[in-house]
Amino acid sequence: MAYDKFTILKSSAVPMPIENVDTDQIIPARFLKATERKGFGDNLFRDWRYNTDDTPKRDFVLNNPIYTGKILVGGKNFGSGSSREHAAWAIYDYGFRCVVSSFFADIFKNNSLNIGLLPVQITPEFLDKIFTAIEADPKTELEVNLQDQIITILATGEKASFDINGYKKHNMMNGFDDIDYLQAMKGDIQTFAAKSIY
Amino acid sequence: MSQLPATLFDKVWDSHVVRKIDDGPDVFFIDRHFIHEVTSPVAFLGLEGRGLKVMFPEKTFATADHNTPTINQHLPVQDPLSANQLKALEVNSAKYGISHWGLGNPKNGIVHVVGPENGITLPGMTIVCGDSHTSTHGAFGAIAFGIGTSEVEMVLSSQCIMQPKPKKMRIKVNGQLGKGISPKDVILYIIAKLTAAGATGYFVEYAGEVFEQMSMEGRMTVCNMSIEMGARGGMIAPDETTFAYIKGREKAPKGEAWDKALAYWKTLKTDEGAAFDLEYEYNAADIEPMITYGTNPGMGIGITHHIPVSQEAGAGKASYEKSLNYMGFHEDEGMLGKKVDYVFIGSCTNGRIEDFRAFASIVKGRKKADHVTAWIVPGSHIVEQQIKEEGILDILTAAGFQLRQPGCSACLAMNDDKIPAGKYAVSTSNRNFEGRQGPGARTLLASPLVAAAAAVTGVVTDPRVLLAD
Ligand code: SF4
Repeated sequence: MAYDKFTILKSSAVPMPIENVDTDQIIPARFLKATERKGFGDNLFRDWRYNTDDTPKRDFVLNNPIYTGKILVGGKNFGSGSSREHAAWAIYDYGFRCVVSSFFADIFKNNSLNIGLLPVQITPEFLDKIFTAIEADPKTELEVNLQDQIITILATGEKASFDINGYKKHNMMNGFDDIDYLQAMKGDIQTFAAKSIY
Repeated sequence: MSQLPATLFDKVWDSHVVRKIDDGPDVFFIDRHFIHEVTSPVAFLGLEGRGLKVMFPEKTFATADHNTPTINQHLPVQDPLSANQLKALEVNSAKYGISHWGLGNPKNGIVHVVGPENGITLPGMTIVCGDSHTSTHGAFGAIAFGIGTSEVEMVLSSQCIMQPKPKKMRIKVNGQLGKGISPKDVILYIIAKLTAAGATGYFVEYAGEVFEQMSMEGRMTVCNMSIEMGARGGMIAPDETTFAYIKGREKAPKGEAWDKALAYWKTLKTDEGAAFDLEYEYNAADIEPMITYGTNPGMGIGITHHIPVSQEAGAGKASYEKSLNYMGFHEDEGMLGKKVDYVFIGSCTNGRIEDFRAFASIVKGRKKADHVTAWIVPGSHIVEQQIKEEGILDILTAAGFQLRQPGCSACLAMNDDKIPAGKYAVSTSNRNFEGRQGPGARTLLASPLVAAAAAVTGVVTDPRVLLAD
């Protein structure tokens, strides 16, 4: 599945200072019944976002028009729980291109990188600075520069660097995915498989 | 490199690397791939979109479980969306030549139950599935973990995924478990110690007397929940218990192939002096029957204890309060005696025959509490058969319980088995997240013994007081 190339993203951000946001909150299991990758953004954070009668919950951040943007800023241990890639799809499909947190669950991080959603992991201190900046001004913009691996709070000029492995970075910047890579090395895989005892 | 002492994990991982990429992941070969109806359809669409084939269809196995009803499985599936996914699995499997155990097939059941029970899961393998509890198969000394749908597409099209090698953790539990303490309590205890994120970035090896003495089914329960502390997976070195379990199962190697495999499997253990990035050690005598009180599996305590008072400030404290609010609990309250509305025994964590034997050991000669609704769901048709043949069904029926048909059921509530909002469920499954068992449902994770004690008394009860000597 092709995705947008990621180079520099400059955007306001949506703050969600909650820890252990798990994949069942991001996209509840009952919305996993599709056989196509469509419409998951509508059900992003479904049970936090809507009452049981489908009216929006006023106090949930995605229902607050003050907060907009392509960056979601979450608390520690974001994306824990299941392996459902649907969680990353839902965030991407809603319109986010980047999630910032001080800690990500492994599978979620992997899945995000595979679909072009950039997980940016920073220190708890810098995360607090971002939350403070957004609290002071909901329109505060962040800049995520993938080439330089730097995230900046534009209003204050504060910066932090983040890690990503070179291979994934190259993929993200070019909109490539792993399947393209694996197809190109099928011969090696054949040879390897021939030796397997299973 | 063969001179250096290696861990079990190193031995299996390193022998499956097809290519190392500089500053990138390893190209990692997969021996067995399980698929189910929920996370595979989009992967097949992706294949079609790119015009790719399945490279080794004989290495992939399909079973329907997440979405399936647990009553009247002989009738057409009512929910059109579920029916659609089940159909897609059937059609895709047929089209690409993948073995498919659909609804009604005598081998059908939860993917992590049917793999081991049919001898598909073997020591030293790499095993993946689009489901995080794939870690279950680590009980056999395999490297097994959950993957996303993009990766399902990778395995289908190239039998490989791209994986950075995780760090290594060893968790030892030595000593003897007390009466009424089961494998589920051991893993809930470990997760409570490490927290829900404490093993993120690691692959865990469980070692020590407790695991050496544990049955294969118990080991599966433990490895199953490795993901609940953030670990990529967990594994236990194969031993005589493992070999005895596998021998004779339908898809296990036979004759000469068995001897050859066995000789290899015996080399699969951590060498003396091999290094781990992190090690923990616990004492079996400290472990009680466990129960969770919050909304992540790390929020567990001994059943006789009180809910801890939050030691954190800021976001940590707010999350803790949110969690207790959702559960309708307070700091420093005891768990014993709390009213229970639902009891669920099943799932890939505790849906095997030993779990139903444990449940029956307490239920026998007692009656289901009137106000409790109990869902008793075997992990597979084979388990269902065993329940009947061993007379467990008679015990259950005499006590006022009904047996349902196999599937994931209330573990993730994708089918009709949903716990209503605000109700309390003692559940033998693996996740107590908000809404996991239905919108607003309140989950208390526990062992089959604790579930049985709740089912007959109607409240949270220490199973040790009900166990015969
Ligand atoms: S029983 Fe639960 S955890 Fe296990 S495979 Fe099914 S949904 Fe996943």
